[in-house]
Amino acid sequence: MPAWAQDTLIATVKVLLIFTVLLTLFSLLTWVERRFLAFAQFRLGPNRTGPFGILQPVADGLKLFFKEDMAPKNANLLAFFAAPVLAVTAAFTAVAVVPYGPPLTLPAWGFLPQWLQGRPFSLQIADLDVGILYIFAITSLGVYGIVLAGWSANNKYSLFGGLRSSAQMFSYELSLGLSFVGLIMLAGSFRIQDIAARQAGGFWNWHVFPQFLAFLTYFISATAEVSRTPFDLPEAESELVAGYHTEYSSMKFALLQMAEYINMITVAALTANLFLGGADPGLPFLPSGGLWGLAWFGVKTLLVIFTFFWLRATVPRFRYDQLMHFGWKVLVPLATLNVLATAGWLVFSK
Amino acid sequence: MNPALVPHAVLLSLALFVIGALGVFLRRNVITVFMSIELMLNAVNLAFVAFSRSWDRLDGQVLVFFVMTVAAAEAAVGLAIVLALHRHKDTLDVDAFSLLKG
Amino acid sequence: MDSVTAVLFYAASGLALLSAMAVVAQRSPVGSAFALIVTLCSLSVLYGLLGSPFIAVLQIVVYAGAIMVLFLFVLMLLNVKREEHQPEGRGVGLLAGGLALVFLLQVGAVVLASTLQPGSPAYDASTARMARLLFSPDYLYVFEATSILILSALVGAVVLARKEPR
Repeated sequence: MPAWAQDTLIATVKVLLIFTVLLTLFSLLTWVERRFLAFAQFRLGPNRTGPFGILQPVADGLKLFFKEDMAPKNANLLAFFAAPVLAVTAAFTAVAVVPYGPPLTLPAWGFLPQWLQGRPFSLQIADLDVGILYIFAITSLGVYGIVLAGWSANNKYSLFGGLRSSAQMFSYELSLGLSFVGLIMLAGSFRIQDIAARQAGGFWNWHVFPQFLAFLTYFISATAEVSRTPFDLPEAESELVAGYHTEYSSMKFALLQMAEYINMITVAALTANLFLGGADPGLPFLPSGGLWGLAWFGVKTLLVIFTFFWLRATVPRFRYDQLMHFGWKVLVPLATLNVLATAGWLVFSK
Repeated sequence: MNPALVPHAVLLSLALFVIGALGVFLRRNVITVFMSIELMLNAVNLAFVAFSRSWDRLDGQVLVFFVMTVAAAEAAVGLAIVLALHRHKDTLDVDAFSLLKG
Repeated sequence: MDSVTAVLFYAASGLALLSAMAVVAQRSPVGSAFALIVTLCSLSVLYGLLGSPFIAVLQIVVYAGAIMVLFLFVLMLLNVKREEHQPEGRGVGLLAGGLALVFLLQVGAVVLASTLQPGSPAYDASTARMARLLFSPDYLYVFEATSILILSALVGAVVLARKEPR
């Protein structure tokens, strides 16, 4: 097999694999979230479909698939259809540069073809030199899915949702970007792999501790960027019906939901890579290397996702003016302070 | 790298610039005019990147960086002015803003 | 590889041209804004193909991700419908089109007549090299000046957009 065909094959398999994992994770997480929320609110939650209700996502999927696909009479149809597609595309595109652990080398198993035995490959679809900037860029494009969805439906609640989300994303993107700067300065690189790799050797090296301020601002802004609960104003159901997805039904609604969950998974994976040591087990005596890296990374990612659910069960929603004040007057100065402190430390420690 | 790409990029930049200029001349909505100006800025950026490639120097890209910074500042102030204008006249038609005194 | 680059280049160029025309030809400002976003993204592809990944990503972050969101925000806030006022009469349109054509032909002829170098294949526009040039004495002061520019723009925008107390 020629070299380019090998590369293409490996890349295709990786893409398909990650796609499948993400879709499975998405459907499972909807169930986990509902069960957990129910548990936190002394309810039962979906428990009828299959053991513990685990087949609920399948039932939901079937239901959404067979629902009538409706569009409001005065909607801008092209935009109305394009919005969910745009949202999902942006969500999946962002995943491409997230690394899932250090590069692996395949063992020389006999059943593998010759060219696969002992072949090193990275646990990542694309290893970009400007990885962190890329994620930042793609997530900022994801806003358009929401804004377009809100605008095209020609419904005031949707429009308010779109309006709120554009303002929210815009404001919190600033502190999100600033919270990356400290890490980029420390690692001297925009590559996510480089930033993840420099935290190896123990949990005290993880960026959560030396860069605690950055972690704080990052996590809050990221929650706002993916519109998770204390910041779910774009879809605040008690004020805006369902915000930008009020008018969506059937698969288009499912696509919007999927985009939200995929974004949340991306943010969690990014948190694990940037702040929680990536593939590092944290304590020196714990096993590491090879597939263990992937496992540790997975555990951290799932823990971060669980934190999002936990937040949703615990914290009430912000008021809109509080949201703006908090973003501009608290988070941005804090993130700037962190950049200054990191720069000062870098200069004076040399 | 295909040798024709650089001159073609410059030609494209020229075409985009002209389209943007036409937008500034012909459109009546302040925000559309503003967007046409952004289009012209982007056309110039493309030319900078192409020239930078052509001369094997990065100075063109640094200039693009500065153009983007200025464009961001300009958009923030410009849109704030548009909001203020809209508050005064309740329209976005450029012809409504032909007087120096608001 | 070369042919793939060429195909992508011309596809992105065509998309940029078409969407740029849509920006100007659209009646609804929100439609114009979305067309402009398409133009900006295809320009970003072109930057990438011309060997400047940093500028390509910056284009998305700054232009498509920040400036256009601001535009859309204002358009939605003011709830701008289609342009009320018709564009100028046919005379002005023809004049503008004629002038544009003259300009296009003039500068186009100059570009076609000039011998632009295609650039060497070893062109290195890595982020590190970019940063070294940006923070070199040539551009450092300009760079610092832009930070003051942005700060003043921020303050200016806040002052301008604030509702005056009555």
